[in-house]
Amino acid sequence: MSHPNKKRLRRSMMFLNCQKPGLIKDPYIYKPDSIMLDLEDAVAENQKDAARYSLFHALQEIDYRGVERVVRINGLDTPHWKEDIRVCVAGGADVIRIAKTECAQDVHTVEEHVLAAEKEFGRPEGSTLLMSALESCKGVLNALEVCKSSDRLIGIALSGGDYTKDLQTVITGTGVELQGARQHMIMAARAAGVQCWDTVFTNLDAMDVFEEEVKMIKMMGFDGKSLVNPRQIDIVHKVFTPTQKEIIFAEKVVKEIDEKKALGIGVFTVDGKMIDIAFYDGAQRTIALAKASGVYEGDL
Amino acid sequence: MKNAVGRDIPEEVLQACGKRPYAGAYARDGEAYKKAAPVVRGYVNPKRSKLVSSIREALEKCGIRDGMVLSFHHHFRDGDYVVNMVLEEAAAMGVKDITICASSLGAAHDPVADLIEQGIVTGIQSSGVRGRIGEAISHGKLKTPAIIRSHGGRVRAIEEGDVHIDIAFIGAPTSDEYGNARGVGGKSDCGVLSYSMVDAKYADHVVVITDCLVPAPNFPPSISMVDVDYVCVVDEIGNPARIVSNVVRMTKDVRELMMADYCTRIIAGSPYFKDGFSFQTGAGGASLAVNSMLRPIMEEKQIHMGFAIGGITKPICDLLEAGLVRNIVDAQDFDLGAIESIKRNPNHYEISTSEYADPMNKGAFVNQLDFVILGALEVDVDFNVNVVTGSDGIVRGAPGGHPDTSAGSNCSIIVAPLVRGRIPTICDRVVTVVTPGETVDVIVTDYGIAINPRRQDLIDAYKDSGLPLKTIEELRDIAYSIVGRPEQIQFDDQVVGIIESRDGTILDVVRKIRPYSFEE
Repeated sequence: MSHPNKKRLRRSMMFLNCQKPGLIKDPYIYKPDSIMLDLEDAVAENQKDAARYSLFHALQEIDYRGVERVVRINGLDTPHWKEDIRVCVAGGADVIRIAKTECAQDVHTVEEHVLAAEKEFGRPEGSTLLMSALESCKGVLNALEVCKSSDRLIGIALSGGDYTKDLQTVITGTGVELQGARQHMIMAARAAGVQCWDTVFTNLDAMDVFEEEVKMIKMMGFDGKSLVNPRQIDIVHKVFTPTQKEIIFAEKVVKEIDEKKALGIGVFTVDGKMIDIAFYDGAQRTIALAKASGVYEGDL
Repeated sequence: MKNAVGRDIPEEVLQACGKRPYAGAYARDGEAYKKAAPVVRGYVNPKRSKLVSSIREALEKCGIRDGMVLSFHHHFRDGDYVVNMVLEEAAAMGVKDITICASSLGAAHDPVADLIEQGIVTGIQSSGVRGRIGEAISHGKLKTPAIIRSHGGRVRAIEEGDVHIDIAFIGAPTSDEYGNARGVGGKSDCGVLSYSMVDAKYADHVVVITDCLVPAPNFPPSISMVDVDYVCVVDEIGNPARIVSNVVRMTKDVRELMMADYCTRIIAGSPYFKDGFSFQTGAGGASLAVNSMLRPIMEEKQIHMGFAIGGITKPICDLLEAGLVRNIVDAQDFDLGAIESIKRNPNHYEISTSEYADPMNKGAFVNQLDFVILGALEVDVDFNVNVVTGSDGIVRGAPGGHPDTSAGSNCSIIVAPLVRGRIPTICDRVVTVVTPGETVDVIVTDYGIAINPRRQDLIDAYKDSGLPLKTIEELRDIAYSIVGRPEQIQFDDQVVGIIESRDGTILDVVRKIRPYSFEE
């Protein structure tokens, strides 16, 4: 059976530098769905030990009040990742984010060490979830095999900075350079039944452009976005909050399908739209999002 | 004897200062008293000059002697040279036993701590004490207990005669030879001279000290020639770079922005947010951000502010320029933008501190205030606020207008992070009560908002607002769950400071600090 948290709501996944205690002490006040405690790029090469030390004690001592604790570990091409995994598991991280994943084998390699660490530190086997960041053309093209690689894998995230370097272009602001990767990754994730997150948006002076991008990736089907600043959280949550119209419609769909099923009716109309069982999951997701956003007042 | 905020005020302190214990924020309403008056020497001879060549000559002509009370303002903030200049000269003349009656004292006045050690300065009465002076007070170096009063409380004390000023020294950016002094112009521009206006009316001697003598009449004056005895021209009265900030930077700190957003929603969701409302905010990060966050809401709802008051900064002046604020009544300027505004905008007015906040005149501006946003070092579960003693028990803060605006306003909002480092802001009992909880309405923290149970109307108003409302006890419990319950600070019995309520009763005392010792 899959981990109960494998499909939890992850609209906002906020990066925090483990080197800065002031950042990791109480980010839950901004109410992101997940935080991503970074041991990788944000941490200076000669500060990896210190960052792991802060991370371990933060995971052990701080009550993050229901916010999911993801840790981004260093890439498999560095000398750091094995110790990173031991610290994550010993501290009790919820999810490990694998940087620069290129293929299913990368996930298997990490999984092997996670399992060993779970045994070493007496954590339940399978309790540590995984996610993969795809940061290269090869990784993006292998998205489907990565998504299917492990039962621990909750999903894949696009890392736009490294990916565009590999493409030999830059982040243009138009989104054109990310189009293919976004489309490909969301399809792969859905095909494998895992989640998919969009890359960070770093210009904090252009919150309106950020909001447009969030609207776009929501329309594309993404589950959420990696974030670099708490100011971005509310915008993501607002965009991902269903409208009252959507909620009422979803509620009718769920109730009608339940009712009609008992009567042996397969297809019918709600507010003039033809509805059948294929709408059921989507309507349930809308209700779940409405509940998570604190705007649901119904009885489902 | 226990007062109305539950603080034990020693009998000998009450007897020594002839004061009553605090009996409630509005206990003296309607009480009659006779105002004090200065001793005035007439200027009949038109040939006599008010100009003196030095501070020493001014002191000599004012008849300086041991035991006198000298008053100062703090419009020059950390750039002030006047206090040190005058006291050095008085010390050089061998004068002892001086009491300083200042509107505030800060880091610029660290040298005064040496004069306290030498027994030259033996009394401090101020609306703020920071730096080495605070340490000297807390270590029991000052001969008499320091008296800490709010801005309104200070002018009340002067008008009621609790303190009689022998010589008022008024540093003025510009003055003419007859003592018409203004807060604007010259090289030490500070915008207004509000804190000195009452001093000028009630002191026996008034000396204007300026570094920019201008042709008469220097009009319209902040301080009128009819109250001024002498004018002394010096090279520099202050360091302009430290008098005002060039630019107030809008905070990008997400925690502050989040608290500012809560404050804005408290204001916009309250019954007092309607056309003509009035508002005061400080220069702190979150407070300043509220100005810009309120703007779109005011524009959308077509609500204009009747007046903004207090320490003034550019963001509120921008709202005046935009027509969203109808008037600014100004008792202090914090940045160049505010000074530019008072020079140019006819709806930006200078007021005296008595007009601003005196509880015992016939009605001050604070009484007409709808909202004020204030800070706090500590708030306890009775909503009492401490802004004077630090987490180490040392005097290092300023009530300023805090108790005045909190008591006067319809809705006082305190904004502070729930914990600072390892210090909980919300606690069981503040070290020192400076603003009584009875006058405090809303506490905004990064972990949630507590409304004073005395304000059921406000609790009802925000019931369905979606704001993270909590009880003050819940906030305290969260704070303690994060940083633990702090050990009590250890004090000796000796009273080194008196916290006077704005009405002149005794709110609390500060005791001599004792080096921390661990229990065996």
